[in-house]
Amino acid sequence: MSLLTNQDNVIEVSSLYKHFDQVTAINGLDFIARRGVTTALLGGNGAGKTTTIAMLLGLLLPSSGHIRILGEDMLKHRHRLLHRMNFSSPYVDLPQRLTVRQNLTVFGHLYRLPGLKQRIAKLAEDLNLSQLLDRPYGKLSAGQKTRVSLAKSLINEPEVLLLDEPTASLDPDTADAIRTHLEHYQQRTGASILLASHNMTEVERMCSDVIMLRAGKVVDTGSPEALLARYGRTSMEEVFIDIARDRAPQ
Amino acid sequence: MSKHDIHYSPRRIGAIVLRHLYLMRTSWPRVLEMVYWPTVQMILWGFITLFLKENSHYVAQAAGILLSAVLLWDVLFRSQLGIALVFMEEMWSRNLGHLFVSPLRPYEMVSALIVMSLIRTLIGIGGAALVAIPLFHYNIFDMGLPLIAFFFNLIAMGWAVGLLVSGIVLRYGLGAESVAWIAVFAIQPLCAIYYPVATLPHWLQPVAWALPASHVFEGMRELLLQGTFNTHYLINAMLLNILYLGGGIAAFLGYFRAARRRGLLLQIGE
Repeated sequence: MSLLTNQDNVIEVSSLYKHFDQVTAINGLDFIARRGVTTALLGGNGAGKTTTIAMLLGLLLPSSGHIRILGEDMLKHRHRLLHRMNFSSPYVDLPQRLTVRQNLTVFGHLYRLPGLKQRIAKLAEDLNLSQLLDRPYGKLSAGQKTRVSLAKSLINEPEVLLLDEPTASLDPDTADAIRTHLEHYQQRTGASILLASHNMTEVERMCSDVIMLRAGKVVDTGSPEALLARYGRTSMEEVFIDIARDRAPQ
Repeated sequence: MSKHDIHYSPRRIGAIVLRHLYLMRTSWPRVLEMVYWPTVQMILWGFITLFLKENSHYVAQAAGILLSAVLLWDVLFRSQLGIALVFMEEMWSRNLGHLFVSPLRPYEMVSALIVMSLIRTLIGIGGAALVAIPLFHYNIFDMGLPLIAFFFNLIAMGWAVGLLVSGIVLRYGLGAESVAWIAVFAIQPLCAIYYPVATLPHWLQPVAWALPASHVFEGMRELLLQGTFNTHYLINAMLLNILYLGGGIAAFLGYFRAARRRGLLLQIGE
């Protein structure tokens, strides 16, 4: 795929490779994510989702290939983009001994945000964290930590939000509240979301586009409706299993 | 250039410093630990000095020579540790991934580590130096302006070693964290802390003179024994420190880039 620079595309990845010694983690990845919608990045364990997200964020350097985000070359101009992006993952922690408020204050300063106190208060209200603001992050439950991590990822009102399993370990009620919040955030700001998830209900509800990975390559793309029709299935879970097991569309 | 393209932001540096000040505020044992070891060392060497004053011509010439050496050596050790421990704190809390998807630049992180090292060293050594005044009637601040020169040359060398150590721990994981505790002791015998460089075998002396600390301690001895401040030592130490600090920063940034190649910023562990 040639390197696109379409204004409608918020993320453009082409010919992306990542080798770790003898292991090829990403094997010629090409995809686009459209502006203002939520795109799912799906695949089984080891398919390359987290590696791809790490490269999109600049935490990991690709062996070769191109990444454009918001029209900028991510590999050359990472620091022009980082203040317009953010990221949340249950697998990356925040300092345990700092309170929620202290953690959010530190990240607010890192993004050089004005009106930080008000912004933290608003985020806490939106994500039902007001009662937790002065508690140490390490003393929170897994679900509370996920909400704090999400608050951190929204603190700079990012135009591009990368979420690695944002509702993992959450109860259905809290997970629903998080999804609703993300939907409202997207409606309000027009942000683009790239979501890596194993929760197919979440994907069907939130995502307009799906990118399916296997062994570091894109093996299928389309809207959830298009994939359901192509594979002759009634749920994305079945489609996921078909693709993961290399079954051809019916 | 937009306001977001700022290459060097004091506010971002301040954010990292604030994060560690918050941590110090919530954990008084951490603050106590900063003062504890330098004070224990100072008390031990204070009593040794009292004994040797009666039994050694060398120490009798300048009673504070050993205590000054102990306190100044601790400046180097604590500043190195101040860099490495603060950086490892981010690794222990698995926070590097979040930090480096923010606009924080690696050299801003270096600046924040240096500020935190300065704060920690001032608390630790300052505390021990103040305790020495009533306990042994020894005031290191009597050295005057040369003390500032000695202090900044030793702290700069500590920063260089600390940045190198932090880079190694980032590259090789927390399994290598013991390097932070032992690295500086490998060069301690060559730093001429308690004895002149001339005491070392001839073949080792050039190695000793390649260390900024050796020039500082030779200068300190000359000041305390002869009452003269030899700027020759100071200039040598400063020139060497420019090389050391440049090397330390380059090593840290090099290891940081290697960590990005290997995906270590998201997978910190042993």
